[in-house]
Amino acid sequence: MRLFQKLPCFLCLALLTGCSLDKAPILNPKGPVARAQLDLLLTATGVMLIVVIPVFIMAFLFAWRYRASGGKGRYSPDWSYSVGLDAVLWLVPTAIIVMLGYLVWTSTHRLDPYRTLTGTQAAIEVQVVAQDWKWLFIYPEYGIASVNEIAFPSNRPLSLRITSDTVMNSFMIPALGGQIYAMAGMTSRLNLIADNPGRFAGRNTMYSGDGFSDQHFVAQALSDEDFAAWTARVRQSQRSLDAAAYQALAKPSVAHAVEYYSGFEPGLFEMILAKYAARPKHSATISGQ
Amino acid sequence: MLGKLTIDALPLYSWVAMSGAAVTILGGLAAFILVTYLRAWRSLWTQWLTSLDHKRIGIMYIVLALVMLVRGFVDAIMMRAQQAFSLNSEGYLPPEHFEQIFSSHGTIMIFFMAMPFLTGLINIVVPQQIGARDVAFPFLNSVSFWLTAAGAGLVLISLVIGKFSQAGWTGYPPYSGIAYSPGVGVDYWIWALLVSGIGTTLTGINFIVTILKKRAPGMKLMRMPLFTWTTLCVSILMTFSFPALTVVGVLLGLDRYVGMHFFTNGDGGNMMSFANLLWIWGHPEVYILILPAFGIYSEVVSTFSGKRLFGYESLVYATAAIAILSFTVWLHHFFTMGSSANVNAFFGIATMVIAVPTGVKVFDWLFTMYRGRIVFHPSMYWTMGFMVTFVIGGMTGVMLALPPADYLMHNSTFLVAHFHNMLIPGALFGYFAGLNYWFPKAFGFTLNEKWGNRAFWLWISGFYLAFMPLYILGFMGMSRRMEHYNVPEWQPFLMVAALGAVLVLLGIVCIGVQLLVSVRDRKTAMDITGDPWNGRTLEWATASPPAPYNFAVIPQVEDIDAFADMKIRGVADLRPTQYEDIHMPKNSAIGILLGGMAFALGFAMVWHIWWLAMACLAGALLLLIIRSSNDDNEFTITAGEVEAIEIQRRYTTHKIATDRPMTTSGLPDGQTMQGRF
Amino acid sequence: MSAAESSASTVLASDHAKTSDFEAREFGFWLYLMSDAIIFALLFATYVVMSQNIAAGPGGKMLFSLPHTMGETFLLLCSSLTFGFATLASMARQKGRVILWLIVTIALGIGFVAMELSEFSGMIAAGATPQVSGFLSAFFTLVGTHGLHFSFGMLGILVMMGQILTKGLTPPVLSRLYRLGLFWHFLDIVWIAIFSVVYLPGVL
Repeated sequence: MRLFQKLPCFLCLALLTGCSLDKAPILNPKGPVARAQLDLLLTATGVMLIVVIPVFIMAFLFAWRYRASGGKGRYSPDWSYSVGLDAVLWLVPTAIIVMLGYLVWTSTHRLDPYRTLTGTQAAIEVQVVAQDWKWLFIYPEYGIASVNEIAFPSNRPLSLRITSDTVMNSFMIPALGGQIYAMAGMTSRLNLIADNPGRFAGRNTMYSGDGFSDQHFVAQALSDEDFAAWTARVRQSQRSLDAAAYQALAKPSVAHAVEYYSGFEPGLFEMILAKYAARPKHSATISGQ
Repeated sequence: MLGKLTIDALPLYSWVAMSGAAVTILGGLAAFILVTYLRAWRSLWTQWLTSLDHKRIGIMYIVLALVMLVRGFVDAIMMRAQQAFSLNSEGYLPPEHFEQIFSSHGTIMIFFMAMPFLTGLINIVVPQQIGARDVAFPFLNSVSFWLTAAGAGLVLISLVIGKFSQAGWTGYPPYSGIAYSPGVGVDYWIWALLVSGIGTTLTGINFIVTILKKRAPGMKLMRMPLFTWTTLCVSILMTFSFPALTVVGVLLGLDRYVGMHFFTNGDGGNMMSFANLLWIWGHPEVYILILPAFGIYSEVVSTFSGKRLFGYESLVYATAAIAILSFTVWLHHFFTMGSSANVNAFFGIATMVIAVPTGVKVFDWLFTMYRGRIVFHPSMYWTMGFMVTFVIGGMTGVMLALPPADYLMHNSTFLVAHFHNMLIPGALFGYFAGLNYWFPKAFGFTLNEKWGNRAFWLWISGFYLAFMPLYILGFMGMSRRMEHYNVPEWQPFLMVAALGAVLVLLGIVCIGVQLLVSVRDRKTAMDITGDPWNGRTLEWATASPPAPYNFAVIPQVEDIDAFADMKIRGVADLRPTQYEDIHMPKNSAIGILLGGMAFALGFAMVWHIWWLAMACLAGALLLLIIRSSNDDNEFTITAGEVEAIEIQRRYTTHKIATDRPMTTSGLPDGQTMQGRF
Repeated sequence: MSAAESSASTVLASDHAKTSDFEAREFGFWLYLMSDAIIFALLFATYVVMSQNIAAGPGGKMLFSLPHTMGETFLLLCSSLTFGFATLASMARQKGRVILWLIVTIALGIGFVAMELSEFSGMIAAGATPQVSGFLSAFFTLVGTHGLHFSFGMLGILVMMGQILTKGLTPPVLSRLYRLGLFWHFLDIVWIAIFSVVYLPGVL
């Protein structure tokens, strides 16, 4: 398995030397979730090469050897079946898929984005709201909120509750792990963790209209001191996200600058969810099934 | 009177949009002038537009496909040009225009390029391949074609009047709902899909019945050629998956027109239902596009290897397995919607299972080449290009089938590269192979091979240049559908991709030149035998082009490679002792009239011109009642006329054969044939 | 079918192709019905998904009246029966009785559509319009799609009556009548499903 993991890496490297791949966030994961997902990707690639490489070789070899214009291969126009070969052709791919299927089952459960991560410290919860065309981050634990910038301590798992106050969006920080949809009236969850302090790009990957191209944000994993400084800086903001300020913020805007709010309307996230409730009273936490 | 339609609907807002409209109008005008100049209106009407002959309908489908290929490719190269230069800038396309372009590119390529292309090939070939004189329902066939053409017409006219959808070819709500897309674009998209989708459902029904009921005596199911098998599976998929597209289109339309709440934000709408319904259609659709190409590859590889197909039964079972499994994997298009791990894992595994029969097929084709005598005709190049390139797409597909890996790559250019990797080599290369392979059957002369090969090499190198960078960009975190970006590292890759698009453009030009050169040189490339490649299946037993009735006498089938077997037994050229009267369907103008009404209905609904919509509906019903009351819809070709046509064919073949030494272009001169071909 | 077979034996051999032509049409029509069944299946699925999404509007319990629905069901089942009688009469080549039973079928059909429309208009008058909630959108669309099919079926019966009167019970006319019968019975089955999926759980 280890060899299979390395082989595609070597191939990629050989193919792409000189390219600026050292900056490709998916190939340079900065957290255990993204790393596990990338490993899976590379393992699957390696296993698939068992099929792909023979196809390459056979295609060129057969074409050369059996070409009508002077190929050396024997011609037997009636040869059209071989039990042994047929069995191999069905059984080898089946074996590969059984192996990959096992991998799918275990890895999908292990890397379920809804699963809370256990770190050395308790997770920090951040509520995320997709808007046209920006991201709002609400910190219930700290009573603060920010737009287009999310910061968290690098030694604590990040537990995100995500919804949308507009069309379907998809939240992703490529260096830290995969994405999840943000849908109005529903909460989806994503759990990430960073190895070390760092600054990562994040964005909406789901096309959502004219401002989509600029709908990116900064994700900062900070040391404890830096995070304390960051929250203090946000708290110093003159502005608070009360209901009126939220209404104004929710209006479409393109390439919205980073904003800090020293407070927010109590229960803001739940109010945003309730706007789109499918039925009365029933709380609108349909986990996106 | 004209609903929402005003002068503002004209694209006077940007020069790019205006040139698009101008090209569309000039193209239509040029076609009109050409037909008028050639004084061809009457023959066009009587021999083509109202024809119920499956071969002519097939040719019209392919003409439509090639026109729409050019239209869809213009979109593609405009996107590549935009992204190549829009680093930290707006490029030359504003967002609302770029969004129309990626939406129409996907819609056109799938619904109005690939679908007509494969349906056209099926129409031309399958009835001949099963030894039938026409499809089961020739009139329905004409209606299907004209509904497809009406849908294409709606997409084309959206370029001139109003705007096309900006919601992507999948049109996900709530973005495609009235609250976020109040314009007419999404309505154009809905009506184009509904109208052509009904046509496709009818095509599916037609070919299931044709294949199951109209085969020549002796052609058991397990003697059907592979292309017929894939067509049967595709027809079943069309019949049972396209209703989902109809439902999803109608429900979105109800949301938009009546203010219902199927997929809206709030009020009890459920946007996840849309994703489910769309992909319940959409995943089988992928195999509707690919399976016919698999059939073509099977025919081509066997013919140009001069050998029986390896593992015929395996290929049949693999085809059927793919068709059935294609209904069980739709959720893999939205692993990131938050389904439970059990659900995601189930659909991930189901998706991977499809890789098994697909892999078996690739190896079966390779072992058909093994111990063959491979002739490198352009069809064979397309086939080999497919095999090598398709497995890369298969590999990236398996990567995406792992839900946790999909969380990383979903919505990225990696995904874009993956599905283009499946659909260009997997489907389009196959259609091109089929075009080169069956062109002489349809028109009576072969296509120029030199230009065919040039087209292939440009396409395949263009493909690699255009899409390998997109795979890499996916790893670099680039999302699909970005009008501009701020990451300088992406730009070199996007420039290479744009270069690839230029090569593909040259490839398309080569296909055009190939057609022109072949028409110019047709006298020297006549296919007098009807069997230019030493073919193995029944369509090569007819004349090229075939008589209206295909077969004067319905052949008796004894083998999978029915025609090869007849040649070996020496019965391929036997003259029948007597001919009989043949009944063929009369022309009907109702097909094109229904298509016209469907087009007008769609246009009227897009612009809220309710009276016109009602008139079209009433007119369509009336036409159907008229047609259903008509019991006199066949004409007779008498035995004498049939005999005259057949004797003429034999005379021509014989005369030319004695004028110059006959070579079978499938084999080099002097090569002897041996064994059971 | 026995009548069709006996008639087939009396026609000329060249008409054998015609018979297989009708068989092909019937098979094709079955396929159409299966594809239509998918449309209904998906509308049912959509309804089930949305049946609790009543937003601020009323639910099924407040809207549905089981006796009314039972009445609709009764009319529909009777119309299926009378269409069956028409088919039997057509096999016996009794033109007059075919027409008679078709008229009865249409009358029952009009009764059904009238009851359905009165139900719809009552709901709309009470403010339960399809724009109120996802549940009502799905309800009106599912039941309305059946009603629309049913109305096209009645139009078909009218056309068939015209054909029988002008052409007589010729083989093509009989084949069409047979296929229309399939369509009519199919809609009956769909209605039974609507009754059990929409109305029964709605009031229970």
